[in-house]
Amino acid sequence: MSIKQISVFLENKPGTLETMTQLLADNQIDMRAMSLAEAEGFGIVRFIVDDIYETLTVLKDADFICKMTNVVAVSIPDEPGGLNSVLGVFRKAGVNIDYMYAFLGGRNINHAYMIFKVADVETASDVLRKAGIRIVEQEEISAL
Amino acid sequence: MERYFQKEIETASRDEIESLQSRLLVKQVQHVWNDVPYYRRKMEDKGVTPDDIKGIEDLHKLPFVSKADLRESYPYGLLGKPLKDCVRIHSTSGTTGKRVMAFYTQHDLDLWSDCTARAIVAAGGTDEDVCQVSYGYGLFTGGAGLDGGSHKVGCLTIPTSSGNTQRQIMFIKDLNATILCCTPSYAAYLAESMKEMDMGPDDIPLKAGIFGAEAWSESMRRDIEKTMGIKAYDIYGLTELSGPGVSFECSAQTGMHINEDHFIAEIIDPDTGEVLPAGSEGELVFTSLDKEAFPLLRYRTRDICTLSYEKCSCGRTFVKMSKPRGRSDDMLIIRGVNVFPSQIETVLLNKGYPANYQIIVGRENSTDTLDVHVEMTPEMFTDNLGEIEERQKALVDGLKSMLGIKAKVTLVAPKSIVRSEGKAVRVIDNRKI
Repeated sequence: MSIKQISVFLENKPGTLETMTQLLADNQIDMRAMSLAEAEGFGIVRFIVDDIYETLTVLKDADFICKMTNVVAVSIPDEPGGLNSVLGVFRKAGVNIDYMYAFLGGRNINHAYMIFKVADVETASDVLRKAGIRIVEQEEISAL
Repeated sequence: MERYFQKEIETASRDEIESLQSRLLVKQVQHVWNDVPYYRRKMEDKGVTPDDIKGIEDLHKLPFVSKADLRESYPYGLLGKPLKDCVRIHSTSGTTGKRVMAFYTQHDLDLWSDCTARAIVAAGGTDEDVCQVSYGYGLFTGGAGLDGGSHKVGCLTIPTSSGNTQRQIMFIKDLNATILCCTPSYAAYLAESMKEMDMGPDDIPLKAGIFGAEAWSESMRRDIEKTMGIKAYDIYGLTELSGPGVSFECSAQTGMHINEDHFIAEIIDPDTGEVLPAGSEGELVFTSLDKEAFPLLRYRTRDICTLSYEKCSCGRTFVKMSKPRGRSDDMLIIRGVNVFPSQIETVLLNKGYPANYQIIVGRENSTDTLDVHVEMTPEMFTDNLGEIEERQKALVDGLKSMLGIKAKVTLVAPKSIVRSEGKAVRVIDNRKI
């Protein structure tokens, strides 16, 4: 009930993100969603790709430090209040969100996709499903 | 009641010590002149013969021996006995160049064990104690050195060697180890692991630790003492001179007593080679007095420290050396404070980082800046930004407590630290002075 996200350690200096995206481009890897978090002197880039294992292999071979994390992805109608309804479900179930990011629906322009990092992926998926919110699986992300 | 392993010599008067040293020195000079062609050549180059050496007052006439001499004469050039009389070899790690091979006769091993036995007794050890030797065994002198002393004292010796932290703690607990011998960074690591296992000082029977072979600070000592509920004693030595036990700490914890019946210590100006008066800070030079297989005369250790002949509360009369602050040839002066790369390395190792670092010294608004670059590793990396920042802060705190000045810590990409000929360039000094 979760999808795989890749987090990569990047030094905070010009060109480091591009070096990574160049590598992904050279290997025909398609990013579905991405977010960048910054700290003092370094950053973490987090993203969802079509082929997770290929991406990890390519990154490690190029000496990037990366980790795979399970996150919850949902698909909601791209309309006012869409995100709000998901957050309501989480609040009622006491699910805390570590971080989240969003992207619009690829070929399905009426939908938005939301990526949530939570401590307990199973519980979060469960409460979402019971609330009738559509959870997105790895296959769907890959096929987008 | 202070206990000694060899009370008579450990508490001898200065006159007695010096007359013994003079007698042994004359003999040792004769030995190297006769048996080590490399030494004879060095002495001849300086115009000195054994006849010129009547006692320790003539020590300054002898040529220095440096690490370069040891490398040049590798492996057998300084051998003082035929190989058939030698029974053991130990070796340095060779991180700063070619390995140094040290040879031992049975006599040499015995005197070395006496030295470490004195250290164990000074730390409160008796034949009632269980001594866990968690120094590495092998070519490294740590394991063999403390092992020998532990046997001489009559402790029940547990030769765990280094590594396998869980097992180390299990042995300490299950076999009632009372004395732990290892490097200070490994002791700090064991202490850290104990905390993670929710174990406090009362959960283990240890009472003393003998820690040496690398740089460590007073604050590290207090941390280890508190977490393990022990008294931590420093021990010093060099493979070239036998290994740990050249000097050792007593209950006063105010410096390490040099085993002066086996080694003469001098402090010299590292630039001019001139012998400095007692109490001055300078480079430590050792002369081994009765080693047979690998005798060293006036060996320049490159360690910077001071000597103190003041009366010690423990009753020992051997001169005390201060904890060496590092090697003379890589000392940096930052904001007026002496900083040694080895200190920074110790902090990294203590915090579980590999020693992959680079020190960048700069100057901003006429103040020196110190930036330590540390390579990120897959083990250290997590998706949680806050966790990484906490680790970064722990490093900053550790450096502050070790160095006494604030350093910035920058986490950099793996393999990004410039290496020349396979060895990382440790220091970049951008100050224009």
